[in-house]
Amino acid sequence: MAESDNIVVETAEKIFADLADPQTINNDKKGAWKTPLWQALSDAGLPLSWVPDDLGGSGASLADGFALLNAAGRFAVAVPLAETMLAGWLLAQAKIASPDGEMTVVPASPKDRITLDADGSLSGRARGVPFAKAAKHFAVLAHGAGGVSIALVDAAKARIEAGLNVGYDHSDTVTLDKVQPITIKPAPKGFDQTTLMLMGGVARSLQIAGALESMLDISVRYSNERVAFEKKISKFQAVQHNLARLAGESAAALAAATSAADAVANARAFDDEVYLEAASAKIRCAEAAEKGGGIAHQVHGAIGFTMEHILHRYSLRALAWRDDFGSESHWAVELGKLVAGRGADELWPLVASR
Amino acid sequence: MTAALRFDPIRLPPECEQLRKEVRAFLAEEIAAGTFDPHKPNREDTDAPEFSRRVGAKGWLGMTWPKKYGGQERSFLERYVVTEEMRVANAPTRRFFVADRQSGPVLLKYAPEHIKMEILPRICRGEICFAIGMSEPNSGSDLFAAKTRATKTDGGYLINGTKIWTSSAHIADYMIAIFRTSPPTKENRRHGLTQFLVRMKQPGIKVNPIGQITGQYEFNEVVFTDHFIPDDHVLGEVDGAWKQATSELAYERSGPERFLETYYVLTELVRAVGNNPDTRSAEGIGRLVAQLHTMRRMSVSVAGMLQAGKEPVVEASIVKDIGTVWEQQLPHRVRDLAAFVEETATNRETLERQLDFAIKTAPKLTIQGGTTEVLRGIIARGLGLR
Ligand SMILES: Cc1cc2nc3c(=O)[nH]c(=O)nc-3n(C[C@H](O)[C@H](O)[C@H](O)COP(=O)(O)OP(=O)(O)OC[C@H]3O[C@@H](n4cnc5c(N)ncnc54)[C@H](O)[C@@H]3O)c2cc1C
Repeated sequence: MAESDNIVVETAEKIFADLADPQTINNDKKGAWKTPLWQALSDAGLPLSWVPDDLGGSGASLADGFALLNAAGRFAVAVPLAETMLAGWLLAQAKIASPDGEMTVVPASPKDRITLDADGSLSGRARGVPFAKAAKHFAVLAHGAGGVSIALVDAAKARIEAGLNVGYDHSDTVTLDKVQPITIKPAPKGFDQTTLMLMGGVARSLQIAGALESMLDISVRYSNERVAFEKKISKFQAVQHNLARLAGESAAALAAATSAADAVANARAFDDEVYLEAASAKIRCAEAAEKGGGIAHQVHGAIGFTMEHILHRYSLRALAWRDDFGSESHWAVELGKLVAGRGADELWPLVASR
Repeated sequence: MTAALRFDPIRLPPECEQLRKEVRAFLAEEIAAGTFDPHKPNREDTDAPEFSRRVGAKGWLGMTWPKKYGGQERSFLERYVVTEEMRVANAPTRRFFVADRQSGPVLLKYAPEHIKMEILPRICRGEICFAIGMSEPNSGSDLFAAKTRATKTDGGYLINGTKIWTSSAHIADYMIAIFRTSPPTKENRRHGLTQFLVRMKQPGIKVNPIGQITGQYEFNEVVFTDHFIPDDHVLGEVDGAWKQATSELAYERSGPERFLETYYVLTELVRAVGNNPDTRSAEGIGRLVAQLHTMRRMSVSVAGMLQAGKEPVVEASIVKDIGTVWEQQLPHRVRDLAAFVEETATNRETLERQLDFAIKTAPKLTIQGGTTEVLRGIIARGLGLR
């Protein structure tokens, strides 16, 4: 794994290496690994990285949090770390303190809307909410007559229909039916659902990039071990070229995701330039998940298609993460509209602005 | 980790923004003066010697080189901005680009002082054009199969043999070429090639143009018959060009010219589609822009590595591989997306003219400067597979 000199990432990597080893997790069909892992992450203050001290968090920078998510992707971590971080971040936008325990954000799709009624209650349906089933609280973004609000909601008050995404992680439908929030406050000026989706998209991009790094890593290793026709398969030029393409996809995903993270971490506003970065990252990382994951499976042959092998932990999760906070098709349409709206002669200045 | 591939999110520093404005203003003036048409692809047979001198006068050639050779001692990132703006505007860069990108840096590294003093300032002034003589009829990807001989004689070498696919040889003043000075050894089949500075307009050199499928003449066959090259025109180590040639290629691999060659069709597509695109067009444009943006961020990142004195051979190869495949597919994707553009869109004719040219250009993009297959071999080596 790429060594990090970042203390947050170092802490996380140590915890992941000790408690989230993909092979150990894969062998443990009962999920006994989850509790100690979550406990260790919580003890280290990682799930609330993006929550300032005075709101109950550990107040890490956005940049450190993004690097942490990339590391989580490298281990294909399947506890609601990214979701709790995003929820804490969302609540902090409205200066709402974060409670302990697992959280997630609602909605997680740009198409779904939660509305704030005149009586102060929340209603609406959100599909594909990651880890809703595991969450104790939801950070909700709601639309009301007075604009956009951010609320902390007790998960027990919501109706949750459990579902699984293609990576076998919970991706649930959350219905709020006149639910009274624990706390609700107006969102800051300019903050809207698109902001939340872009932020979620960048988080997912970093996770996908991390998963691809690991897929490259294990695929190269496997090709140097597996012998066919009396040669290591890594000696076949066709296999080498496939791995070179996987390296390219992995590199593209990492470049797009880290660039977007850097843009968001240093942004004063979610303007067109940050939009370009965040939307591009989600689009490009999703494409890389498809192309790169395909190659990783090809290199592994049948063994990689088994539940016993760890490859699917990365490949399927990377594919599943494409769907959260707007798929690449969604963002491609939106980015295309933005570009067309600005006009042909503004395209290059936009790209070159980064 | 097998390959710690990193593409740090380098941002262009503020001096680049200022420079970008200057380059845009300059190009706008040139366009207004009729030097070139930004809506016409950068036709490679367009030679624009006066434009070249004006770019030189701006201080935008040899920008990173020492001042004593006419350079500006500016950063790779600043040079990057100039290259981008020239490409995107379809400016006629043919005459100076190879010298600026590649030949100048080789001379800086390997030429004797008096030759540097003679030639580098002239490159910076935009006065001279360079060609690269690597390929031969039976030596393309396999560079080390080159046979054109340099035979030692009094005070220099006699050259006999043929170079091929030599871009700009017909307008070039100089060529940096590799010739065989001794046979390969058993232990090292790469041994025995030497890099030379060739003065083109001299006896014993015949340049025969070769037509391309775009309808242009850009590359050539160059035949050497007892052409004399003096000793002080040897660049670097005799028989050791293989070490030098590979680092030269690093300059050739990751710049904006490696994904922007067909960029113009994307701008014209956006123009044709208009401000309110249908979903299909919007999605297509969005994806292409996301891919372009990602590649550019990778390419800027590699420029940052070069600036920091690193040798990002694998990273540069990855950018060239992804970049050239992208610029090759771009005209075809644009064609797909343009299928339903209104017949009356004002720039429809421009778009079609551009597509016609871009589609004809596309096949070469993954061949020039090292084929996709060769690049993937380099990446595979970087991954520890070879
Ligand atoms: C527009 C253009 C401009 C050019 N300008 C110049 C120039 O200015 N100076 C110059 O010196 N050269 C120039 N070239 C030549 C270019 O560098 C060569 O074409 C290139 O290196 C490939 O060599 P080749 O054409 O001989 O093809 P070959 O080497 O014969 O290759 C043919 C095919 O076989 C594949 N192949 C070859 N070896 C391997 C291998 N080991 N493994 C897998 N696949 C392999 C190649 O990838 C390719 O697909 C130019 C080429 C073009 C198209």
